[in-house]
Amino acid sequence: MLTKDNALVWMAEFSQEVIANKEFLSDLDSPIGDGDHGFNMARGLTETQLALAATPPATLTDVFKTVAMQLLSKVGGASGPLYSSAFLAMIKAIDNKDTLTNNEVADMLQAGLESVMMRGKAVVGEKTMIDLWTPAVQALKDGTLTNDLIDTLVQATAPLRATKGRASYLGERSIGHVDPGSYSSGIFFKSLLKSGVLG
Amino acid sequence: MRGIVIISHANDIAKGVKALIEEVAKDVPITTAGGLEGGLIGTSFEDIQQAIESNEADEIFAFYDLGSAKLNLDMVIELSPKTIMVFDVALVEGAYIAAALLQTDVENAIIFENLAPLKIK
Repeated sequence: MLTKDNALVWMAEFSQEVIANKEFLSDLDSPIGDGDHGFNMARGLTETQLALAATPPATLTDVFKTVAMQLLSKVGGASGPLYSSAFLAMIKAIDNKDTLTNNEVADMLQAGLESVMMRGKAVVGEKTMIDLWTPAVQALKDGTLTNDLIDTLVQATAPLRATKGRASYLGERSIGHVDPGSYSSGIFFKSLLKSGVLG
Repeated sequence: MRGIVIISHANDIAKGVKALIEEVAKDVPITTAGGLEGGLIGTSFEDIQQAIESNEADEIFAFYDLGSAKLNLDMVIELSPKTIMVFDVALVEGAYIAAALLQTDVENAIIFENLAPLKIK
């Protein structure tokens, strides 16, 4: 069950892991992007944690509202508006409820995914975060989401040829590199598993 | 009233394009959003919102440099009461043409026609 308290644990875990892996994430981004994904996300999530501490959210919705607004204004790259769009759609799906069942959490993330697709005008197979979110949300609905599956899904973005975002400039040369947005999204879903939200 | 907003990942680019196009458009309101706090590279939703809302015009011609600037701009557009037109054209040339034509009160359709060949993204 998703609550305000474990949503905070989820976001703290997500922030901590992205910050701990910021160099690695930016290194993933270097050959196919502009090498800033990890630093941008780490900056946004550092600010998110500061904002959550400064003004403790009163409701579940408020948790994600703070995350959405901080990522939107502090990340600086494409991942800011993309992740932020996901959180804003998730807020709508929460519909001011205080708790969400596991099925409702899956539906909430489905709404987030659809919003990212709309914002980025991207579909599955273009080597973007959507290639992680789509199967991960499906696995969540099926009750089969595990850390191992997430690792497999992240690695599965390597053979894809990028047709969206900065990596698309590289065409064939984008093949063989893991998509950084999918990697950070993998951390997002692993953090969900670790947070106890679904337990 | 019609105005121009320049959005770039780099503050110097946004300011530079503004300085350039002001030469041909002294009566056109031009505002900018460039870079992040502390001189970092990137675009900020809040800065773009500020550039659009602080522009005297209610009809905005928006020009940007790279894809992620457009993602932030799209989110601002959804929340803004103003009419905002985004052009996927070469930033410097597109903004310059729009500025020159806006200064001479050319109608929108003619401006669109002149910008169309500059579409690069």
